[in-house]
Amino acid sequence: MTDPILDIRGISKSFGALKASNNISLDLRPGEIHALIGPNGAGKSTLIKQIAGGLRPDSGSVYFDGQDITDLSTAARARLGMGRTFQVSSLAMEYTVLQNAVLGALGNRGDIFRFFRPVMKDADLLATASEALEMVGLEDFKSSVTSELSHGQRRQLEVAVALTLSPKVFLMDEPMAGLGTEGSHRLMGFLGELKHKTPILLVEHDMDAVFTLADRISVLVYGEIIASGSVDEIRGNPIVRSAYLGEEAET
Amino acid sequence: MSLLLFIEQTLNGLQFGVMLFLMAAGLTLVFGVMGLINLAHGSLYMIGAFAAAAVAGATGSFLLALVASFVCAAFAGVLIEFFVIRRLYDRDHLDQVLATFALILIFSEATRWVFGSFPLFLDKPDWLSGTVMLPFGIEYSLYRLAIIGVGLVVAVGLFWMISKTRIGIRIRAGENDREMIGALGVNISLLYTFVFALGAALAGLAGALVGAIQSVQVGMGEPVLILAFVVIVIGGIGSIKGALIGAILVGLTDTLGRSMLPSFFGLFLEPSSAMSLGASLSSMSIYLLMIGVLLFRPKGLFGGV
Amino acid sequence: MRKETICNAALLFGLLAFPLWAWVTDEPFLITLTTRAIVFAIAGVGLNFALGFGGLVSLGHAAFFGLGGYVMGVLAFHAQTYTSVMDWPFVISGTKSMPIIWLVTIILSAVLAVGIGALSLRTSGVYFIMITLAFAQMLFYFTISWSTYGGEDGLSIYVRNGFPGLNTMDPIQYYAICYVVLLMVLAFVFALSRSSFGLALGASRQNEDRIQAVGQVPFRLYLTAFAISGAITGLSGALFADLNRFVSPTMFSWQTSGEIMVFVILGGVGRVFGPVAGAVLFIVLEHLLGGLSEFWHIYLGAILLGVVLFARGGLYGLIAGREVAHD
Repeated sequence: MTDPILDIRGISKSFGALKASNNISLDLRPGEIHALIGPNGAGKSTLIKQIAGGLRPDSGSVYFDGQDITDLSTAARARLGMGRTFQVSSLAMEYTVLQNAVLGALGNRGDIFRFFRPVMKDADLLATASEALEMVGLEDFKSSVTSELSHGQRRQLEVAVALTLSPKVFLMDEPMAGLGTEGSHRLMGFLGELKHKTPILLVEHDMDAVFTLADRISVLVYGEIIASGSVDEIRGNPIVRSAYLGEEAET
Repeated sequence: MSLLLFIEQTLNGLQFGVMLFLMAAGLTLVFGVMGLINLAHGSLYMIGAFAAAAVAGATGSFLLALVASFVCAAFAGVLIEFFVIRRLYDRDHLDQVLATFALILIFSEATRWVFGSFPLFLDKPDWLSGTVMLPFGIEYSLYRLAIIGVGLVVAVGLFWMISKTRIGIRIRAGENDREMIGALGVNISLLYTFVFALGAALAGLAGALVGAIQSVQVGMGEPVLILAFVVIVIGGIGSIKGALIGAILVGLTDTLGRSMLPSFFGLFLEPSSAMSLGASLSSMSIYLLMIGVLLFRPKGLFGGV
Repeated sequence: MRKETICNAALLFGLLAFPLWAWVTDEPFLITLTTRAIVFAIAGVGLNFALGFGGLVSLGHAAFFGLGGYVMGVLAFHAQTYTSVMDWPFVISGTKSMPIIWLVTIILSAVLAVGIGALSLRTSGVYFIMITLAFAQMLFYFTISWSTYGGEDGLSIYVRNGFPGLNTMDPIQYYAICYVVLLMVLAFVFALSRSSFGLALGASRQNEDRIQAVGQVPFRLYLTAFAISGAITGLSGALFADLNRFVSPTMFSWQTSGEIMVFVILGGVGRVFGPVAGAVLFIVLEHLLGGLSEFWHIYLGAILLGVVLFARGGLYGLIAGREVAHD
């Protein structure tokens, strides 16, 4: 078995009396989609923040590509190759689609402190940006202003911007949320392809998507991983059924 | 410096701080509950002082003058809340700063138009002039002592109102969660008008009280306004307790700095440079205090996280 | 051509034609008035870079405006009294040369902006507004008690500083200098707005998470923007002091900060030429309303209130449409 690219080792985080993360271990290996599921309030967002940066665990550590990144900032993790899409869309809303994608390419290249050359005429950046937009199917919307995009298109753009960073892993926080059936299917097809190049840690509510896409699933309840395994193992796991899937079926 | 002088200056600082608290209480409530920066708060202070001077001139009664300052400023507060301020609650800080800056221009010039550019004078009443003997043989201005008293009474009253009354509960609810007070079935726009008018009335009262020891003139509000902002930033925006502690800190720093720094530098510098260095440092001291506080607590002493 | 581009061109042309007309008809007062507008425009362009492009609401830009003024005042004062600014650890003498004064101003303003910015940018929102105001107030009170350079009364210089090959005391020649400086500043800011830095700065204003997710740190962008902004506003302060041949602590006052902000808002936040239109409008209002009534600030206040409440894009928003296009 190959070494994990992302390796979360026993991290815990408490807010007062609330244990938001309780000794969580989790890894992501090349070529796979590892889905993280759990009911609302299970601590998924807290966990994602500790992996992507922005929140430091009380104990435990996060290893990325063999390096301990627990103390690195969000920006530093992004530069190492951690691509992220957000639950609440966090694009530059006044910019065009192309500007957002170019921004990603620029951030990746790292030379943002250039003051005179027009950035939207930089052939390299435009090529990277266009390629990413084509991959997600937004090539016809390059000059649209982001705030005028549909919900689904913004999700696609989030993924495109993350792609321009040529990340080594993706952290995707509910990329399917708000997408229609068609949009979800399209994105699922795309993610199924993408994982061979870049493994994905996927936080997702859409169970159909998770069971179709994921190679492995971990179930987070009350800050603890209560089960982890293949799709079939999770489906058949009685604890998971009672703790989580049962609830999900009712709602 | 002698101990007596030090105690007297401390009392002066306390008096100044208490005045700043009257100004800052309104600012911090309005920011805490409605999320609004109000630069025109200094204009309400000025309106209070002018109203008091006019009424005292006409009736000769200091008490009536104080009532007039309170009522006029509250009334002005209701007016500007109704016509301007409520359109700004949903705007960003930049719009709020500019719109209330515009209000300052309008109020200052309108006051100059009505009352002219010359300062008015508001005399302390006879029954509050003179000095009192405090323990340890300290002789102190009765009027200033009365201001300290009024300020402390207002502070206690505000704490009581916020912690014990229904209105206070609603105000606290509004600070924590704007949607919640809607859910409680509170008439939000009425609550906002009330909070704004209360802040305005306190500013007006402060203007009248200070007007009797300084002159009443156009532009008197802005220096105090800036100090009041320093106070609420130090105390943590939205916190009444922070406003009180911040006000007293600023009052003491300013007054004691002014009286002590020049003589402190006189210990090891020649008199003229000690004077000028002491003067510049003491006028900068409260800003240094504020910057110092913000460096260690970017949201003020009692600000939320 | 876009409407905004036409407006920009018309504005620049008007600012060239009007003083020339005033020169031909021998109205030096109108030339000086337009020079004021140009100088205020430069101050506004500076603030707009932090405020409009970076979203940094600074209520303390008078700090840089005043610093520029005092750099000019102090250097010229020592030059005209044949004394040195300092003797230790090395001798710095005064100067009456505008280019040198500008260079010193730009450097010192940028350094001051880095200092103020490094501390202020730890905070955000109202706290940022107030801490920038506090820094400007500190300098205001410092200059009031700085008796070497006139304290509260300020400092006069006898003759405007010199520029090689020009007679700066001639209003139209000094106007030409200020106009060219404005053009250079506008070209600089326009280039910045289209550069990598401009793209990243604008994105950071819209969404800090986004900038971090692409591996960059918002703080560095903001600090750089604040330094550039402070340097431009500082330069305008030096020009303003030379225009009046006088500096005083008023240049540091918070009303000055407020007025610079007014230029930006009247014209249109976040547009390169916005503050130019705003400053021109401000001077026109000051001139026309000031002629109507001694209490013209009432009307100015009412107009400003109207713009903030009902015409949020400022003059440029009204004329060229709301949408800020980026290309």
